[in-house]
Amino acid sequence: MSAVDLRGFGWRHAGRKAWAVRGLDLRVERGERVLLLGPSGAGKSTLLAALAGLLAEDSGEREGTAEIDGLDVRKARERVGIVFQDPETQLVMSRAGDDVAFGLENRGTPPVEIWPAVRAALDAVGFPYPLDRPTQALSGGEQQRLALAGVLALKPDLLLLDEPTANLDPDGAALVRSALAHAVPRDTTVIMVEHRLEPVVPLVDRVVVLSPGGGVAASGPPAAVFGELGPALAAGGIWVPGQPLPAPRRASGPPGDVLLTADRVALAPRLAPTDATVRAGEALAVLGRNGIGKSTLALILGGLLRPSAGRVTATPALTGSAADARRPPHRWRAADLTARIGSVFQDPEHQFVAATVRGELAVGPRRLGRPLAVVDELLARLRLEHVAGANPYTLSGGEARRLSVATALASAPRLLVLDEPTFGQDRRTWVELVGLLADLRDAGHGVVTVTHDLEFAAALADRRVTLS
Amino acid sequence: MTLATVMVRSSAPLARRNPVAKLLAATVFSLGTLVTLDPLTPALAIAVELALLPLFGIGYGTLLRRGWPVLLSVFGVVLTVVLFGADRSGTLVVSLGPIGVTTGVLMVALGLALRLVALSLPGVMVFATTDPTDLADALVQNARAPARFAIGTLAAFRLVPLLGQEWQALTMARRARGIDAGGNPLRALRLFASTTFALLVGAIRRGTRLAVAMDARGFDNPVRRTHAREQRFTRADAALVAGAAAVTALMLTASVATGMFRPVLGG
Repeated sequence: MSAVDLRGFGWRHAGRKAWAVRGLDLRVERGERVLLLGPSGAGKSTLLAALAGLLAEDSGEREGTAEIDGLDVRKARERVGIVFQDPETQLVMSRAGDDVAFGLENRGTPPVEIWPAVRAALDAVGFPYPLDRPTQALSGGEQQRLALAGVLALKPDLLLLDEPTANLDPDGAALVRSALAHAVPRDTTVIMVEHRLEPVVPLVDRVVVLSPGGGVAASGPPAAVFGELGPALAAGGIWVPGQPLPAPRRASGPPGDVLLTADRVALAPRLAPTDATVRAGEALAVLGRNGIGKSTLALILGGLLRPSAGRVTATPALTGSAADARRPPHRWRAADLTARIGSVFQDPEHQFVAATVRGELAVGPRRLGRPLAVVDELLARLRLEHVAGANPYTLSGGEARRLSVATALASAPRLLVLDEPTFGQDRRTWVELVGLLADLRDAGHGVVTVTHDLEFAAALADRRVTLS
Repeated sequence: MTLATVMVRSSAPLARRNPVAKLLAATVFSLGTLVTLDPLTPALAIAVELALLPLFGIGYGTLLRRGWPVLLSVFGVVLTVVLFGADRSGTLVVSLGPIGVTTGVLMVALGLALRLVALSLPGVMVFATTDPTDLADALVQNARAPARFAIGTLAAFRLVPLLGQEWQALTMARRARGIDAGGNPLRALRLFASTTFALLVGAIRRGTRLAVAMDARGFDNPVRRTHAREQRFTRADAALVAGAAAVTALMLTASVATGMFRPVLGG
């Protein structure tokens, strides 16, 4: 009997017209390791939630059958464990050991057996701290390791992984992958959804590609599937290993005027004294390990945070007048700021203030009393016309990212500061972002990108600053 | 500020008591000061509380540093009552322009100030010496509170410090979009409302994700939950509650015997 058996399975969330998953036939044998692929909107997360028995009967409509070891998924919940994307919202307790114990308590494990099981699970994932370590003091990668330990302690037959490394920096993601490679028992079935495929391919036996219309588009060993469908999958936004990225875009001319200089700016304890110069027609990449203060520097350069020491100086080339250049950006009026420096946050949703995509793009121009023609132009340029009337909170990750860049462009600032713009993005959005930012640079904008995506820096940056 | 930063880690004899016992004792003791309006009962209560502070492992300096907001509000209350209190009986002590400060108004102000201090101290003593996890455990194991409520609330509290960071990010993001109050109070109010709304939307989404993750680990399992950390309600804990009741009775007896007792109800 196979571990997972789906026959004609479909699910439609209540209140939605379209089926999230439909017509799916899939068998996964015990102990098999499967990587689930598909463009965004193909229903990968819905499928994992269904297998975890987390889709309540009254929350939507179901078709076909979904069984685990011959039991309906809702009756097989004790056999299944799931690790989600966001570490912050899957840790329950404030101490690491207590968090692993949480699931065991829920299962009614006798108290004498709980702590040995907790220790064994933490050892298996390579958790280096004592049991009373505060979960708040852990890095993202360590938190995800802890979440994995909490699931493995329950000894699931089927382990579901819903993009467990998508919210992590490269070091954190590597921590989680090595825990997966070493901690998961060989007879545990694994079904994984991931964006960046190259590092996880060694962990899987089979790749299953869902087609957006429903059903399975391809299934087989990674090499065979990627060899046959590689270019098509890459075009659909999937990070297929071995598919070349477009050639790097270098600046079309020499850099222009200095727009902004940061002189020994610091914000204790988040950022040590740092110098930076930003020029028109130049793309600057700010690199450095996690926690070194890259995002803080982006906020200071963006005029959103006051440095506790040092000084940010704008030039008349940025402000338009010598008088305005005398004030540091963090003291400018918001309307002036948005006309000069556009900031794009790591989390696009933080920046959304309107009820529709179109309304979102009109906020800046309206503030500045400028014509709204730019709205339609940006909708077309960033491929957002099809969602112009949608609520920004309902967009996909790629659409939300494009919208957040578009909102910054709407007030036509000379300088753009972006914090991890490629974070969690699919390949297609990634390639588009490189092209868009390179175009802006060549049109005379200054572009500052804070990132730990070295490929992105290689594809775009003319100059790098590495914080240490 | 997180709950953990407020905690005083202590193995002092009363700090170690069961959280439910501490909560019960504090409640009984506070009721004593709530039922009467005279200044003697809260004064006695404060004396008892201050005497017990070392047994909770809380230093007087720590109390002052953490408790100054209460003192500030006490000062505010006293000032308000002295200036605007309706009770102008008794003899005139001092005259501030049109306001006559009488012994009557001073007694009312003193009574209120003492009651405020007497009521807030037990709360400080309980919550400064109780780990939130221990409190939730004890509520479930010793007070039969539903785990769904106690552990659920505990998990939600973990997300509270995130709200501060989130607020800061939302405020900066709005400024980056060109939105600020610009000194206009009406716009400041609108901005505050829209930022609060965004904060709530984010909080609800995170709360929902957390709830799903908890259920995925069997929190909604009908099986009877076991407890990894055992909380016991011992004789010493019962003695703490009984002691609090006895001291409360003594204070009220003293108040009645001296003729100062003024019941809140039916007086």
